[in-house]
Amino acid sequence: MISAFLFRGLAGRIAWVAAFIALLGILVPLSNLMLPSDHALYVPDYIVSLFGKYLTYALLAMALDLVWGYCGILSLGHGAFFALGGYAMGMYLMRQIGSRGVYGDPILPDFMVFLNWKELPWYWYGFDQFWFAAIMVLAIPGLLAFVFGWFAFRSRVTGVYLSIITQAMTYALLLAFFRNDMGFGGNNGLTDFKDILGYTLQNPATRAGLFAAAAFALSLALVISSAIVRSKFGKVLLATRDAESRARFLGYRVEHVKLFVFTLSAMMAGIAGALYVPLVGIINPGEFAPANSIEVVIWAAVGGRGTLIGPIIGAITVNLGKSWFTAQFPEYWLFVLGGLFVAVTVFMPKGMLGTLSSFSDKVKSLKPAPKPSQTEAGEMRKEGEAS
Amino acid sequence: MIDSNTQVTSTLLYLDDVSVSFDGFKAINGLSLAIEPGEMRAIIGPNGAGKTTMMDIITGKTRPDTGDVLFEGQMDLTQHDETEIAQAGIGRKFQKPTVFESQTVRENLELALSGNRGVWASLFYRESEADAARIEEILQTVRLQQRANELASDLSHGQKQWLEIGMLLAQDPKLLLVDEPVAGMTDAETVETAKLLREISKTHSVIVVEHDMGFIRDLDVKVTVLAEGSVLAEGSLDHVSAHPDVIESYLGR
Ligand SMILES: Nc1ncnc2c1ncn2[C@@H]1O[C@H](COP(=O)(O)OP(=O)(O)O)[C@@H](O)[C@H]1O
Ligand SMILES: [Mg+2]
Repeated sequence: MISAFLFRGLAGRIAWVAAFIALLGILVPLSNLMLPSDHALYVPDYIVSLFGKYLTYALLAMALDLVWGYCGILSLGHGAFFALGGYAMGMYLMRQIGSRGVYGDPILPDFMVFLNWKELPWYWYGFDQFWFAAIMVLAIPGLLAFVFGWFAFRSRVTGVYLSIITQAMTYALLLAFFRNDMGFGGNNGLTDFKDILGYTLQNPATRAGLFAAAAFALSLALVISSAIVRSKFGKVLLATRDAESRARFLGYRVEHVKLFVFTLSAMMAGIAGALYVPLVGIINPGEFAPANSIEVVIWAAVGGRGTLIGPIIGAITVNLGKSWFTAQFPEYWLFVLGGLFVAVTVFMPKGMLGTLSSFSDKVKSLKPAPKPSQTEAGEMRKEGEAS
Repeated sequence: MIDSNTQVTSTLLYLDDVSVSFDGFKAINGLSLAIEPGEMRAIIGPNGAGKTTMMDIITGKTRPDTGDVLFEGQMDLTQHDETEIAQAGIGRKFQKPTVFESQTVRENLELALSGNRGVWASLFYRESEADAARIEEILQTVRLQQRANELASDLSHGQKQWLEIGMLLAQDPKLLLVDEPVAGMTDAETVETAKLLREISKTHSVIVVEHDMGFIRDLDVKVTVLAEGSVLAEGSLDHVSAHPDVIESYLGR
């Protein structure tokens, strides 16, 4: 059942894109580790880390597309799920430091020793185990999304109001995580990580491994998402997006539809965050900033929402642009980003991918002989009208 | 009326003294109505009479302030929401045709097709031969075979009305509520729609709201006249159109 389900996800261009991303996950690390640094195809370490980070952003943007593009839920709080996944991973990485911290406490992370805490808070238990942290990476964002969605969707909060409360949610978390007594390192967050699963994070091979993990996660998430949107449930998602009350009158439990996809999307965002943290070496409350979540929406819009692939492309191109701009003209990046969003909304409402596909459709329709199926349908239509 | 007990239990839909007001305005005012199993009933009345609001109450969109709404003698519809009422077997066609515009005609019917509505069931749904045949049959009934794979947004207004009727058929409810099905249709389409509804009424109970008197005459069923939120007259079309209150309520406006 599951394999037939996933197989459906491999339809069309999704299969190519998923295969391409997975292939990158193999070739880039190989090139980075195996080739001499003067080889033409050598991928330098910093590119591996940078693009590994972009892949986690791409996963986040695709997760957002699942709820926004397909179900019409404009979440402006997906950065929170990303950050929570990141914190869960960060807690594991913190506990791996062990007695190698500045204060040398075998159990307590440095910031707790600094705050004069005597013992580990209960909610840090278990995070010394990777499997436990891995479950939490899914469970914590998933649980928050479930509880949040349970109340919001049951009360039929939709549209702008829903977007605003998702912003409020991430903002509340931002304020909470800034507090030292929360036990997550306050302002400074979690950092100074040493190793993951016994591999030193400074080692290029570990980073190459993290890159591969990010690529595989993105590829797999793409196939799963594609299988979902191609199933009948995907049609129910679109029905909910386009005419929610009609879907109710057909007997669909719209709040369950939304709750399922919102929770699943939050878990994907959590995985993205968990892969991001070891690649960048830090997680702090800044990741909860409301502006971060809005940026994710811009990536998805620029790439083309409701396509799954578009937001992946959008996340990578916008962040490439950001890296270049913040190096060249650091003051102007936010203006460029805002301008980009307005321009895309006004001139390319379907985003890069949508515009490209409709352009290629136009080119095809310029060819003299139209597709046989089209003529057939056209003639039948005329017949129908005549009768 | 003589034996009220059997009346209630055999009645498919029973509205008793239902009232609802919006900001002090009584849109429905002491409305009572009984629909028998297998019956097709036409409801007419001037604009603002409360016809659509009545459907909103039956389908759980609007909660009445007072009164009872019973389905099949035991289900109190005022205590259930739209999803539960739809699953219990009441389908609805809206006044303004409402189809899923970004999906094809066939997909619209697939969504409406009766069956398990749960998340898991939809995720792992595979179209059976029976389902495919049923969709094909409905496409034929509503005369949309040729347009099955086109987006619903590309349909003409009349075709959208028909698609929505087709969705009702696919849903296969016990009771169909049809709000102004021929609004905006050509005369030929109106005649076809009357035929279609008569066909449907052979196997379903139907409530049709309409303004078009010619259409109502074509349906040839019992008529209820609604005005200012309550029943003004009930009976055959000839009977109600001879009723002095009805003449006044229509001509007075
Ligand atoms: N949700 C609502 N809020 C306020 N007034 C409403 C609402 N729904 C209906 N009405 C009012 O109730 C009256 C009956 O409306 P409606 O049921 O649509 O009439 P009909 O379908 O018979 O033309 C109208 O005056 C309308 O303005
Ligand atoms: Mg109306």
